[in-house]
This record gives sequence, structure tokens and C-alpha cells, in this order.
Amino acid sequence: MPVEFLIFLTVFTPALAGGLNLILNKKPNVRDTVTLLSALITFYFSVNIFLGFDGQATQYKLSTIMPGIDISFHIEPLGIIFSLLASGLWILTHIYAIGYMRGAKEKNHSRFFFFFSVSIASVMGISFSGNLFTLFLFYEILTLITFPLVAHKGSTEALRGARVYLSILLGTSIGLQLLGIIWIYFSVGTLDFVKGGILNGSFGSLELTFLVGLFAFGIGKAALFPFHRWLPAAMVAPTPVSALLHAVAVVKAGVFTVLKVGVYIFGVESLSVSGATDWLTWVACFSILFASLIAMTKDNLKARLAYSTISQLAYVVLAFSLANSLGVLGGALQIVTHAFGKITLFMCAGSIYVATKKTNISDMQGLGTVMPITFLSFLIGAISIIGLPPIGGSWAKWFLILASLEADKQFVVLVLLTSSLLNIAYLLPLIAKGFYLNPTVQTEIKSFKEPSALVWLPPAITASISFLLFFYVGYIRDFMINYGLVS
Amino acid sequence: MASEIKQGTLELVNHLPILQVITPMLIAPILVVLNNKTLSWLLSFVGTLACLFISILLVQAVSDGSVLTYYLGGWIPPIGIEYRIDAANAILLFLISIISAIVLIFSYSSLYAEIPEEKHTLFYSCFLLCLTGLLGVVATADIFNVFVFLEISSLSTYVLVAQGAFLDRRALSASFNYLIMGTIGATFFVIGIGYIYMATGSLNMIDIAERVSQLGDNRTIQAGFAFIVVGMGLKLAMVPLHVWLPNAYTFAPTVVTCFLAATATKVALYVLIRFVFSVFNYEDNFVNELFFLLLMPLAVIAMIAASVIAIFKQNLKKLLAYSSLAQIGYMLLGLSLMSQKGLASSLVHMVNHGFTKAALFMSLGAFMLNTKNVYIKSLRGLGKSMPFTSGAFVIGGLSLIGVPGTAGFISKWLLLEAALETGYWLVAVLIIASSLFAVIYIWKIIEVLYFSDSSESYSEVGALILMPIWILALFCIFLGINTSLTVDVANMATEILFK
Repeated sequence: MPVEFLIFLTVFTPALAGGLNLILNKKPNVRDTVTLLSALITFYFSVNIFLGFDGQATQYKLSTIMPGIDISFHIEPLGIIFSLLASGLWILTHIYAIGYMRGAKEKNHSRFFFFFSVSIASVMGISFSGNLFTLFLFYEILTLITFPLVAHKGSTEALRGARVYLSILLGTSIGLQLLGIIWIYFSVGTLDFVKGGILNGSFGSLELTFLVGLFAFGIGKAALFPFHRWLPAAMVAPTPVSALLHAVAVVKAGVFTVLKVGVYIFGVESLSVSGATDWLTWVACFSILFASLIAMTKDNLKARLAYSTISQLAYVVLAFSLANSLGVLGGALQIVTHAFGKITLFMCAGSIYVATKKTNISDMQGLGTVMPITFLSFLIGAISIIGLPPIGGSWAKWFLILASLEADKQFVVLVLLTSSLLNIAYLLPLIAKGFYLNPTVQTEIKSFKEPSALVWLPPAITASISFLLFFYVGYIRDFMINYGLVS
Repeated sequence: MASEIKQGTLELVNHLPILQVITPMLIAPILVVLNNKTLSWLLSFVGTLACLFISILLVQAVSDGSVLTYYLGGWIPPIGIEYRIDAANAILLFLISIISAIVLIFSYSSLYAEIPEEKHTLFYSCFLLCLTGLLGVVATADIFNVFVFLEISSLSTYVLVAQGAFLDRRALSASFNYLIMGTIGATFFVIGIGYIYMATGSLNMIDIAERVSQLGDNRTIQAGFAFIVVGMGLKLAMVPLHVWLPNAYTFAPTVVTCFLAATATKVALYVLIRFVFSVFNYEDNFVNELFFLLLMPLAVIAMIAASVIAIFKQNLKKLLAYSSLAQIGYMLLGLSLMSQKGLASSLVHMVNHGFTKAALFMSLGAFMLNTKNVYIKSLRGLGKSMPFTSGAFVIGGLSLIGVPGTAGFISKWLLLEAALETGYWLVAVLIIASSLFAVIYIWKIIEVLYFSDSSESYSEVGALILMPIWILALFCIFLGINTSLTVDVANMATEILFK
């Protein structure tokens, strides 16, 4: 099949699935099966794109909006990794979501799955965008389409959270990112993604510093301090949304955009020569530590995970700011390994909620004894986030440390190590609480059991993949090196 | 580049400029004589369709940069009146014609709820006269003719706005207010024309342009120009001459609001553009200083202040009216940048905003058919009971905000590019700030529509009302994806104006 057709299908299939969700409103089983099939098909198409990729970055133009501004797509290693990640995890999350939405007795399933599928379509669009305009288009669609998901419960609290979510994401993207895009277009005359960057010295070093700021803060989905507030606010959404969108798709779309802009618009070499990202290293480091510290104070499990996500996203921004090949490699690996780790944690949180309706960590005494699989998955996910072997997450930290040494920024190593310690401090207490039984709650605990397999199986699978990633990370590294993303 | 003038031939294309204006004018009196409301509607609709058809032919004819001229009665200008169609006014003729046709589809069912039946014939007749006036202002190349058509459209507009009195008596005071302000504007305008005639002895635009350039720095011309800017400032609701607009839009019948919001202020802005570029010398220091020192600050103030005021409005028609003021600020800003890109963005935004605002006002009108008022609280939960109308409203709202993929994004992109090109960084930042305010006031409505429960349940409006709303909404998206109609024609127009 021609590549442009495949790209179209990866974007179109989830969108179609969304439409079918609305039509099949009355038949929940048929509807959910159809969506599952679409998820599988989307993944199949992404795999085909990956297999057919020959390293040629051809632009496939869909239509021209204005002279010089096109909707176009292209294929490159980062996008392939991101699309495989999002579409693959969609399958698992969908299975999980079916179990969760039914188990937790949420309402309006069709509307929920409609917006869910369409948001996957826009994520696919983001991953194959051929220029900054197309990327921005899908980025904004993703913001708008996920708003109803965050506000799903319709309560005052949900609406307030959704409003924070929308205002920060739209505000930063229109207020800063759009300005940056137009500035680039106005100075360079093109917005295409080209390896090595397109700026070609059209910006002085002060201007470049400013432009980096417009993108680093303007890509609000990357949740860099001080624009991180939307992520905890979005935790009012049902857990599958938090799991796939706010641990993988939406936030990863943010940091993916950061990396993509870094590699294909700024160009890693010119960034490192100009030193325009030096200040960003400090902001990212601050964001990493700050969010970890806040996470420790949160008793609500999802809120704690949200702050942990903010901290982990800043790793990728940090990778961008280091401006070298190892950094890009580390950033890309962080996108992958954190996705598997964090989605596991979120799904476990949801699984605990479905089984016991508990959301606060202090109430989870002894639950591990009745929900061993969930808690074991949580442990593996947590270790991946912390970055200890033998779980995949350790490699991302490894390359980031190497990258910071290469960039001659030794203090970053210290920050990374401190962050890992903080991660231990806020993630592992839950496991400790879960397995040490307190006699006062013993009778209550006995009444709980693991929820349906639809709910506990997906996190177990993602946890296993996290584990496997430790051994097979070399493939991802080779893939990126062979196709010239990093050297 | 004027095409060869074939006076006296009967080939249709040569008569298009006059047919465009005269078709609605001839139908208007027939309606009064027939005095049958269904027939009136049908005839008006056919008339506007004919206008639309003619305007499409005109756009096609001039899209290659050529100019169509027509001498009224065969009198050669500067003695006779000349009609001149180029890319700049063809696109506006198209906007006015298509909006009037779409609005008339809507009026077929909505008018019964808003205006007593015995007045329908007169209403359509007035509507056509208003249409004639607007088309005439745009088509003519004679400055006194501009004034005449402007008054035709204004006088009929006062009547149309006053028709809202059936639902709300405040329409009468709104109309009176508009009448006073509009007349002051028209007076200023005609005084300006008088000064120009005094100094040049001519009323034909091209003729004046030649003589003005020979006169050099001339106080009379400058005074005339100042009068015209103020006069048109009143008509186009430039802050601080805008006070008539919010009430007129709020209390007029929906049909009228849609039509006026989409066309009337744009026509006044067009006149200003035409005078600056085709009558006066746009490179003149006086003109440039006036635009830089006066119009640009006023445009920026309108953009920010009106958006902020809109956030606090509970009456949604008023909210959209204030949003219109802000959007007029965008257009005026594009013009006041005095660059090709700025002017092009201004022209593009006229069209894009025309469709966007018409879609918004019209879906609001559809809500109003059910809820009987347009306070934000009465829209609770309509997203569920009126899904199609709400959907169209959301599309219009997104276009107003300027989300990529909609018409509004294109105009904002062009305007930002123009502001950066001229080096006005602060202005670019303020444009963005203003569109962030738009997010707030639009989202306020969307939240009420979709995320609050309603106590009453309504049924969706009929297909004949939904159709025009969705045509407009689809235009909001179409113009965001395909810009050959707007951007290409606007670029052509700026080349002609900047020659």
C-alpha cells in the first residue's frame, strides 16, 4: 500500500471508530468490539508504516491552505515511535476502559468513546505531521476534543478542572506557540520539518533564546513549570482518560512536539552552538524537583501520579535543552518507557478505585494482600519511573545522564539522581502500605477482591512490557541511529 | 489594466455591474404593489439568488486582475456616473449577496416569530432596498453616488432595526439612536465630499485621484479626508463612535442582525479603504500619520476593550455585538498597518468574519425561537435538545476564536504576519491577547450549552432554519481550508489598490 494512503488510514480509522460509536449508541457490546477492532487495525497500519519505512523523509501534501502553508505529512523515526506507542496502548486502554466504565458505572459511554477515538485520530495526525502548521492544527484539535473527556462527569468540580485544562492549553498554544510559528514562518518562509533545522541562522542568539521560550512554554501539553497546573486539574476525568491521554497521548504529544521542533525546526547542532537552551535546562531541572516535592504532599493517588508525570515530562524538555544527540535519544526513550510505566500506574490506580472506591493512599492499607496482581504491576511501573534496573525506565535516565555529561552540565546528573530518590519516596510507600496489613482494617479488606480481568489484565501487560523494554531497548536505539535521527 | 470598454453592446457580461445593483432595487417596489407575504419572500429570495449569481460571475471576471467598468446611461466620466468592479469590491459584492440569500432562507420561518404578519411585505421590501444600498456603495466609482447609496441602505436599516419593537420596545430607542448617529456620520461624509469637490471639481474617483496628486499638500483635501474618516468611523462603529451598534444589533430582529453584522460595517470599512487608496494618495504623510496616530490606537483599544466587555455580558446578542466591535478593530488594524499584507488581512477578515458572525447570530436566533430570550442562563443544556444548532454555534465560535482549520484562523494568521512584518511586536501580542478573551466569552456559552442541565426540554428547530445555519457554519470551515476565494482575491485586490 502506498505510504500516503497508510498515513491517511491511521488518522482516519480512529475517527471512523468515533463516528461508529455514536451510531451504535444502543448496542454497547457491538460498539465496544468495533472500537477494539479499529484500535487493532490502527495499530496494524502503524506497524506497516514502521516496516515500510526506508529512511526517506518525503513530504506528502494533502492540501494547500495558503501559498506556503500546507497540510502535509511525513514519516520519520520519532513519529513512528510515537504512533506505535499511542496506537498500541490504545488497544490495551480500550479493553481497560470497557471494564472501567462499566465497573465504575460511569454514564454516557458512547459520547466518551467517541471523543476518546477522535483524540487518538488527532494524536496520529500529530505524529505524522509534515510541518509545523499541520502539527499545530492537530495539536489544537486534540486540546478541544479532550475537553469533553475531562469534563465527562459534568459536576461542578469536573467543569472547573476542565476549564483550567482548556484555558492553560489553549492559552499557551495561541498566546505563545502560534506567535513562535508565525515568527518562524515570517522569517524563514517555510514551516516544513527538515532534519537539521530550517532556521539557518535567520535568528540571532537572543532572538533564538526567546523563540525557544515561546515553544518550551507555548507547548503547554509538555506541562513545564509554570504552565503545569492543567495536568492535576485534568485528573477529574475518568481514569482511562488519565491513563491514556494524560500519561501517554496528550502529554506525550506535548513533549513529542518539543523534541520534534528541537530536531526538525531548530536543529540540535545550531541549538548547542548558540546556547539558546541553557536557561531551559535550569527551568526543566526546577520543574523536575518541584513537581516531585509536590507529589510527596499529595494523598490522592491520581494527584500524586499527575505531579509525578509533570516531573517526568520535564525530563524530555531537559533532553531537548541539552541539545545533543544523546539527549534526543534519551528523550525519545523517556517518551517510550515513561509511557509504559505511567500508564501502568494509572491503570492500577483506576483498578483500585473500581474495586474499592478508594482514591487516597492513606486508605489503601493492606489492599495488596487482596489485589496482588494490581499491586505487583504498580511496583514494576514504579520501578520503571524511578529508573532502576531491570525495568525499561532505567535506560532513559542512563542516556540522559550521559547526555548531560556530554553537554558539560554536571549539575544535571545531581538533579536526576535526586529526582530518582524523590520518586522512591513518593511511589513506594503505596506498595509498603499495600502489603503490610494493619489489624484494624483486616475485616474490611477481606470484602475486596481484584476487579474483572478487563481491568487488571491491561496494567499487568504494560508492566510486563516495561520489564521487557529493559532487554530490548537496543532495538529502539538502533532504529533511531540507523535512520539518522541521532548519531 | 481596465478591460476594453464595449459601451452599447448587449453582451450580458458588460452589464453585470449595473444588474448587480438594480435587480433588488427593481424588485423592492413590486413587493409593495403585490402585497402578498409568501410571494414577497419568494421574489426577494429569487432576487438575492440572481444577485449572488451575478456576483459570482463578477468575481470570476475580475479574479485575473482585470477591471470592469460601466458608464451609467452611456455618459463618459467624469461627467457621468461610473461603476467600477475590481477584485476588491467583487469579493464584497459576493459576500453581501450570499449572506442576503442565506439570511432570506432563514427569514422564511423565523420572521413569523419576530414580526407581525401584515408587515412582512414591507419588511422584505426594506430589506431589498438595504441590499441595493450596500451593493451600490460597493460597486460605484462616483463619490456622491456612494453617499446616495449609503443613505438608501442606512434609512432602510433604521426601519429594519425598528421592526424589533414587536418583541421588545427598546428596539425603537435603539433605532432612533442609530438614526441620529448614522445621520451625523452621513453628514460628516457629505461635508467631506463637498470639500473634495471644492478642491478638485470632480466626483469620479479616478479623476479625483489624478487631480489630488497634482494638488500636493492641500488643506481643503486634508479637511475633506478627515471628515470622511470620521463619517465612516461612525458608520463602521469604530471605537469611540460605536455606541449605536450594541443596542441596534441586540434589539433588531435576528434576520436583520445577521445581515447587518455580516455586511453593513464591512461596507463602511470598504468605503474607507476605497477612499484611502483610490481617491487619496495613500503615500501621503497626512494620511499615514492619521492612520498611525489615530486609527491604529483606536483599533487596538477596540480589539481589547470590546473583548473584555463582551466577557461580562449576559445578553448573548449584546455579547456578540461587542465581539463584533473587537473584530472590526482587527479589520481596522489591518488597514492601519498601511502595508499590502495588512490590507489583504483586512479584506480577508471582512469575508471570514462575515460568515462567522452570521453563523453565530443565526444559531442564536434559532435558540431564541425556542427560548424566547437570549440570556445565557436560558441556554442551559440546549446542547442536548438542539444538537444541530449547538453544533453550528460551536463551529462559529471556534472560527471566532481562530482555531486552526477555521476561517478565523486564516485571517488572524495573516494579520499577525502583517503586524510582524511592519515590526509592531506589541500589536501582535495584543492581537493574541484579544483572541484569548474570545476564548473566554465563547467558552462561557459552550459550557452552558453542553455541561449544565436544563429544566425545560425543547425540540430542534426545523430543517429550513437549520439549513442556512449549517451553510454558514460549513463556510466557516471551508474558508479555513480552501483560501482561493478569500486570500487569492484579496491579494489581487491589494495589488490593484496599491498600484
